Amino acid sequence: MELTKEQQAILDGSQGEVMSKIMKTLVMYGETFGATKMVPVTSTYGHIVTSFGVIVLKGVFELMDELIAGGVKSKQLFSADPRPLDKKVPKNLLQDLVFHVMYGPQKRYEEQLRKIGLLSDDAFTCACYFPEVGNRPKKGDILSWAESSAVNYANSVLGARCNRNSGIIEMFGSIVGYVPYFGLLTDEGRMASWIVEVRTEKMPEAQLLGSAVGMKVLEDVPYVKGLDRWIGTELNDAATTYLKDFGAATASNGSVGLYHIDRLTPEAVEHGEKLIRPDAKVYVIDDAELERVKASYPVIWKKKDAKPKLCFMGCPHMTLAQLNDWTDRLEKKLREKNLSKVRIKTVFTSAPAVIEAFNKTERSRKLKDMGVVLSYICPLMYMNNPLCAKMPVITNSNKLRTYTSSRYYTDAEILDQITGGTK
Amino acid sequence: MEKIFKGRVVVPGEATLTALVSHGGFNTLASYKDCKEGKNICTDQNNPDLFGKSTVGVALCLPQTIGSTTGGMVFFNAAVINCNPGAMLFSKPIDSLAAAGAILASVWTPNNIPTVDQLGDEFLDYVKDGMTIEIRPDGEVVVRD
Repeated sequence: MELTKEQQAILDGSQGEVMSKIMKTLVMYGETFGATKMVPVTSTYGHIVTSFGVIVLKGVFELMDELIAGGVKSKQLFSADPRPLDKKVPKNLLQDLVFHVMYGPQKRYEEQLRKIGLLSDDAFTCACYFPEVGNRPKKGDILSWAESSAVNYANSVLGARCNRNSGIIEMFGSIVGYVPYFGLLTDEGRMASWIVEVRTEKMPEAQLLGSAVGMKVLEDVPYVKGLDRWIGTELNDAATTYLKDFGAATASNGSVGLYHIDRLTPEAVEHGEKLIRPDAKVYVIDDAELERVKASYPVIWKKKDAKPKLCFMGCPHMTLAQLNDWTDRLEKKLREKNLSKVRIKTVFTSAPAVIEAFNKTERSRKLKDMGVVLSYICPLMYMNNPLCAKMPVITNSNKLRTYTSSRYYTDAEILDQITGGTK
Repeated sequence: MEKIFKGRVVVPGEATLTALVSHGGFNTLASYKDCKEGKNICTDQNNPDLFGKSTVGVALCLPQTIGSTTGGMVFFNAAVINCNPGAMLFSKPIDSLAAAGAILASVWTPNNIPTVDQLGDEFLDYVKDGMTIEIRPDGEVVVRD
């Protein structure tokens, strides 16, 4: 790899041994993927995937201490994924005890993040790109992020450029301000090797469509046709919310870092089908295919027909529009069923800044009155508690389903279940 | 009987180790949920090849890693607490998460994990749990029954 004088000097130790090791790590990482140079990170802020001070990550805490002792400060401040704990989220005494042991080092880890370059005490969300949060890259920005759903959204919906990096690597990129140039940073790497033709007769569920696409294309870039019929050709609130959930499912059920939506996402609008490689494969998705995919999900609950004890919504975190919409839908459904509160403990999760905005509205009181807990927590971190993993938990998130024992249902099914079912 | 495969060196090193084979993608985060100093029993219920087996000190033979982008960090952490695989041998081109893990371990810990990728599908078809594997510094991998 050819380095600039400044980059070579850092590698040679001009900024100390620790910075030299950081640069060495990034150079080795880039060379593995054929990078010929390092390019500057141009986004205002970074974003860190590791937000959880879980006890088994002893090595990470020691690394952070080494960075701090070496005087390392990140060139760009960064937000971080959601916190793993929130007192408001339902749990029993034993679960609570396990949480305290599991996430015992959380305080120490947050302090370490602050010393390296945490943006603010409230900058904990997987959806840092929400307007209310403010870590929203511009088209063409080069990023050093790792959170799979955020990388996927930034690349696809915002037109920024970021590889699907690992935790720690992304922090190193933010610290030195450079990332190796390969993969999704290049024009070539952003070409689609799959054409996905959406031929459904009804609006496809975002989380289900994303799951189908992810499972089929794995780490490749898909160019999706036919979705504009359902979500339009304008990147408005509804479309971007849909794409957030669609993209997170492609990223977790496969390893998609970038997708193009015909006539909608920035690069597809700009270049159209020129983004498709000549040898691209084709995947046709109709309603039957989505049903097949949904039926393929294993149910790993001990008792398959157990009554759900908890429902999580918001993985990735919900947008303000989603909070508003779900409050209205719940209110209407409960009224139809002559109920006042949800029948399954339900937690909606969102970014602290979105929660703050939502709490200024009338709907906030309504949601609370209906018995729904609104939290900034990471549902995945909650489910990592082995005692919580044993509980029958339902969700509309295909990411949460993939990484935990929770069971996926469509939005309509969730709405029905948390309001007492169909009887 | 022995068979030699040639791959690309990602992290150089030499070792002779016992093979542990995952035919499906190796979900790093799911596999290290209960790692302790010097000990890790694979916790990924979706990996029938490895679930319940020790992944410490073995030559981990796999196509690629899958799952959370915390994967590289998890490998690095495993190296710090001495429960990392002794080597990683990929049939396909290495993915960015596994590469990050192997490189972080090599630069930041004393536990270098020799890593070779692009060994080909035939490698993964041939190698079985318990076989002896010699990893050479030039990317040659010798598999012995």
